[in-house]
Amino acid sequence: MANWFEKILPSFIRKGSIKKSTIPEGLWQNCSACNNILYVPELETNLYVCMKCDHHIRLGARKRLELFLDTSGTKELSEGKSPKDWLKFKDTKTYKERINSAEKASSENEALIVMEGTVNKLPLVAAAFEFRFMGGSMGSVVGQKFVEGVNHALSNQLPFVCFSTSGGARMQESLVSLYQMAKTSAAIEKMHQAHLPYISVMIDPIYGGVSASLAMLGDINIAEPKALVGFTGPRVIEQTLNVQLPEGFQRSEFLLEHGAIDMIVHRKDLKETVHRLISGLISNRKS
Amino acid sequence: MVKSYLDFEQPIADIESKILELENSDLDQDQINKEVIDLNESAVKLTEKIYSNLSPWQNVQVARHSERPHFVDYIERIADEFDELHGDRHFSDDRAILGGIGKIGDYKVVIIGHEKGRSTEEKIKHNFGMSQPEGYRKACRLMKLAERFNLPLVTMIDTPGAYPGIDSEERGQSEAIAYNLKVMSSLRTPIIVNIVGEGGSGGALALGVGDHINMMEHATYSVASPEACASIIWRDSEMAAEAAEAMKLSANNIFELKLIDEIIKEPLGGAHRNYDQASSQIKNSIINNLERLNQIPLNDLVEKRYERLMSYGAL
Repeated sequence: MANWFEKILPSFIRKGSIKKSTIPEGLWQNCSACNNILYVPELETNLYVCMKCDHHIRLGARKRLELFLDTSGTKELSEGKSPKDWLKFKDTKTYKERINSAEKASSENEALIVMEGTVNKLPLVAAAFEFRFMGGSMGSVVGQKFVEGVNHALSNQLPFVCFSTSGGARMQESLVSLYQMAKTSAAIEKMHQAHLPYISVMIDPIYGGVSASLAMLGDINIAEPKALVGFTGPRVIEQTLNVQLPEGFQRSEFLLEHGAIDMIVHRKDLKETVHRLISGLISNRKS
Repeated sequence: MVKSYLDFEQPIADIESKILELENSDLDQDQINKEVIDLNESAVKLTEKIYSNLSPWQNVQVARHSERPHFVDYIERIADEFDELHGDRHFSDDRAILGGIGKIGDYKVVIIGHEKGRSTEEKIKHNFGMSQPEGYRKACRLMKLAERFNLPLVTMIDTPGAYPGIDSEERGQSEAIAYNLKVMSSLRTPIIVNIVGEGGSGGALALGVGDHINMMEHATYSVASPEACASIIWRDSEMAAEAAEAMKLSANNIFELKLIDEIIKEPLGGAHRNYDQASSQIKNSIINNLERLNQIPLNDLVEKRYERLMSYGAL
């Protein structure tokens, strides 16, 4: 159909309707750690881990879930919810304006995506933070979507996995945002009471309100290599105390050494590991 | 009499120093009395005027006032008995959060709160009310003690935030706060939360989940301190006043958002002008609510608390 249709079109339209350019765009990307130029199709098969230095490059939330979940049978939960401007917040820009640019930067409505799906045929609910949406900050809608995801897991007796990457609570929603820490933590307590596994996967970076709530409360806490996770950001600590921070401070390896996480898992092993851990938590002992 | 005045209180300070001057003068006593009465009256009027219209940033200054009553001052006046209990049983005894068992009216309770300290020496000892993980863990231990012995829990919040330190991070500041949120959400005993001074960020919320949430009229409560918010958003901590305004951190605004249950009226000109009056106001509310919450079966109480948590920011 398209062929004869294209033939009758004026050439300038025809040109535009076919793929834009024969020179490939976006085929090369710099590694943000080692600065080497990487071939994107190869990077994609390598799960966006740098082939040269093994740096785990940031992934969008949707991509993250796509790589984690089995290809068929996924369904997004609490789709299409946008942030609410409770306080009519304004700094140099209004919250509304910031939401608009966040939507453009991320092609998402909010900083959390929740999906139901399977991992190696094991059904579960998985959530992922979108860092490009206002630094993955947690406002009321993020909290609400997280809780709805947990509720879905509770009513269907499913495990819940959350990939967190976030600057913390969202300043523009002030106390409403702070309270999401309590709200999400309370929901996780319900998971615990229901004896359903909650796995927290920490992705670079996580700070403040997200670190001090849902990210730290996993039955099992996992981190990708070299992820920065803490309560107070390094810049603030340095400025407040006027000290130089030790090498590797707040990195995954530091967290493991200080007992905050169970393990560091390479991105290529994440799916298998999470599947194995959840399976391991589902007891076959007769009660 | 108040020893230190805030900038915007200068007109009040001027009148009060005039009164002092008069009282020490050689004028005729009747004349003095008459003038003092007049001056007192105008001081009251002026205080009413200034305090009924505080800007958010002025409100922050009142909440941080160097003479504002602290946890120890309230305990002295609210609790008929109080035995402080120390330590988290793991690492140390954090002095930024104090707690113990005591009696408020006829009610035996567990009381936990931030203490900032007053003198320089005390401030250092109490780390300006900025707790490290062991403070939250001590609080958590006392919460569980409350549950085990069926004692209601009363908390008092007054902190700029959790302590930003290397060792705090090493010992799991985030986990300590998160764990308290989880525990408080399902603690099987009534919880009454009182924001008495500064309610700064997760460090405040770690004592802030409950069944009845009071906030003192001039207390503040926000996601971050105005300075921190300003440096995050404006990239300039000098913009703190603007941040205070934008965050809507005063009791009235927060009450309108339905994030607290009750505003506790402060003495005219702020709690620091009359500790006894401030304490008795807060004590009355605590006792009324203990009476009310004690009637509710524990299952219902915890269920209601959960519903309340889920209602925050629900759309």
